[in-house]
Amino acid sequence: MRVEEACMDDRLVIAGREFGSRLFLGTGKFPSNQALRATIEACGTELVTVALRRVDPTATDDILDAIPPERVLLLTNTSGAVDATEAVRLARLARAAGLPEWIKLEVTPDPRYLLPDPVETLKAAEILCADGFVVLPYVNADPILCKRLEEAGCATVMPLGSWIGSNQGLRTRAALEIIVEQSLVPVVVDAGIGAPSQAAEAMELGADAVLVNTAIGTAGDPVAMGTAFKLAVEAGRRGFLAGLPTVARVADASSPLTGFLS
Amino acid sequence: MTLTAADDVLATDFDRLRAHVDDATPLDVERALRSPRRSLADFAALLSDAAGDRLEELARLSHETTVRRFGRTIHLFSPLYLSNECVSVCADNEVPRRTLSPEEVLTEARELRARGFRHLLLVSGEHARIVSKDYLVECVSALAPEIPSISVEVQVWDTDTYRRLAGAGCEGLVVYQETYDRDVYAAVHLKGKKRNYDWRLTALDRGAEAGMRRLGIGALLGLQDDWRVDALAVAAHARALLRRWWRCEVTISLPRLRPAAGFEPEHVVDDRDFVQLLCALRLLLPDTGLVLSTRENPAFRDSLVRLGVTHMSAGSHTEPGGYASPSDAEPQFEVSDDRSPRDVAAALRLAGYDPVWKDWERV
Repeated sequence: MRVEEACMDDRLVIAGREFGSRLFLGTGKFPSNQALRATIEACGTELVTVALRRVDPTATDDILDAIPPERVLLLTNTSGAVDATEAVRLARLARAAGLPEWIKLEVTPDPRYLLPDPVETLKAAEILCADGFVVLPYVNADPILCKRLEEAGCATVMPLGSWIGSNQGLRTRAALEIIVEQSLVPVVVDAGIGAPSQAAEAMELGADAVLVNTAIGTAGDPVAMGTAFKLAVEAGRRGFLAGLPTVARVADASSPLTGFLS
Repeated sequence: MTLTAADDVLATDFDRLRAHVDDATPLDVERALRSPRRSLADFAALLSDAAGDRLEELARLSHETTVRRFGRTIHLFSPLYLSNECVSVCADNEVPRRTLSPEEVLTEARELRARGFRHLLLVSGEHARIVSKDYLVECVSALAPEIPSISVEVQVWDTDTYRRLAGAGCEGLVVYQETYDRDVYAAVHLKGKKRNYDWRLTALDRGAEAGMRRLGIGALLGLQDDWRVDALAVAAHARALLRRWWRCEVTISLPRLRPAAGFEPEHVVDDRDFVQLLCALRLLLPDTGLVLSTRENPAFRDSLVRLGVTHMSAGSHTEPGGYASPSDAEPQFEVSDDRSPRDVAAALRLAGYDPVWKDWERV
């Protein structure tokens, strides 16, 4: 079958690296390193993001110890940076510490809603891309900004569905549709996804991947929720590949009224 | 437009808010509980007796709100007492006084680092000559290469001094107003620069302007007979800081005055009232860190973890030099939770919470 073949062949490629899973995982808010480790295993993710400010190689049970490097790519993020200068410094610190050169660029000067600063994000992206980093920027769902970041050399764009940690789902849906339509790089819906159904919705509208943290990390059972997201992302992707029917405002009879004419 | 958060606090009608605590109806409480964006009037309703009748519901909402925003995590930090010199309140010459040299401060910090801490709060009494700005800058500079996160809780300074401290590697400024009631404030601060209420109230504005990233405020519960007045004021102050200094994180501490050797506080805030206040603050300020010190006892601290607290000190010594070597200096307050940091972390894990030691990278 055509769609079955398409599903078999469906690989996400970012900056030349192939990913078997379209679910990316954030690592904040988990109740323990052990729960994080088990969730990574259960949800099948191959890309996990960690805030450099949480990393402490001198600690006995560091957050990095929960991530199996042979199977999962570590995406260091610049959480805490309030401007381009700080984000660039954090990225270079990560590089100096021997971490992968894949950077999730977060410039969020407002610690409440953690909304990304578009001006500083673009500035930092230009510097980091020129410096050889693989840059995945977290941004508002702004189609023009996404094109500018693509031109700057970013490997993906990561527009928000709604505010980080809000579990409000795809409040920015109309803008996400434009971004997906226009983008030449993979589109990862990055924030606000609070339920597996919302992840499926993002995949159905054509996103290449989703990044989830709060909904899994704060669930009563993070491992079970991670599995639920894994299935939802796969279902949503398959729905997208199968070609979703358009939504009609009126009933569409499956036995046509004019069938007798043929 | 007000220029400072302090102006905002001073312009707040606390009499009206305080009256609302008393006259809040069950319907006001219902509205406050249901509201997606709560006002100070809602907060007042949540402090009322009518809300006290629904404490379990408050606690549940507070728990959910905290988990959504912070996850099941508790940030651990340690105070490091630099000096117990003081000119403001105390005139007791019998107390052994001590100020650590910057080298001794570093020895203390290394000991705390070995115990797991990556966030230190440098604390000192009020003595501008002995605990001078140059001394503080020297201490911060000595620690910055080894300690990822440094805050200070010292006497209040001018903007330039805060800029120097921030430049040396200090990103957090903690200033407790202690009480927002001018009369009570005047009565408990008899000497020294601390007498100046407005200079203290505006300190966080100066610190934020100077580049401090985390602002800590607090009221000393029990200093005045009506703790709800200070609760309203500390909440108003937090909201004002969040609006004016929107890039900064804000934390609130609620130290309760407790009976200690030779000291019996006039007013004690009981556990139930304390829990109600904590939950009400969480519902008003979903993103604000709520800090709990070792003044509270272990069982109470362990229970509060699920009710909205996000930051805890552990294994605290409140006498200068107390970590690296036993000290005969006078403790600044009595510690109720004398468990080691390791034991506190173990208790957090047992409760299903991840103790977070490091959450800052200086750039």
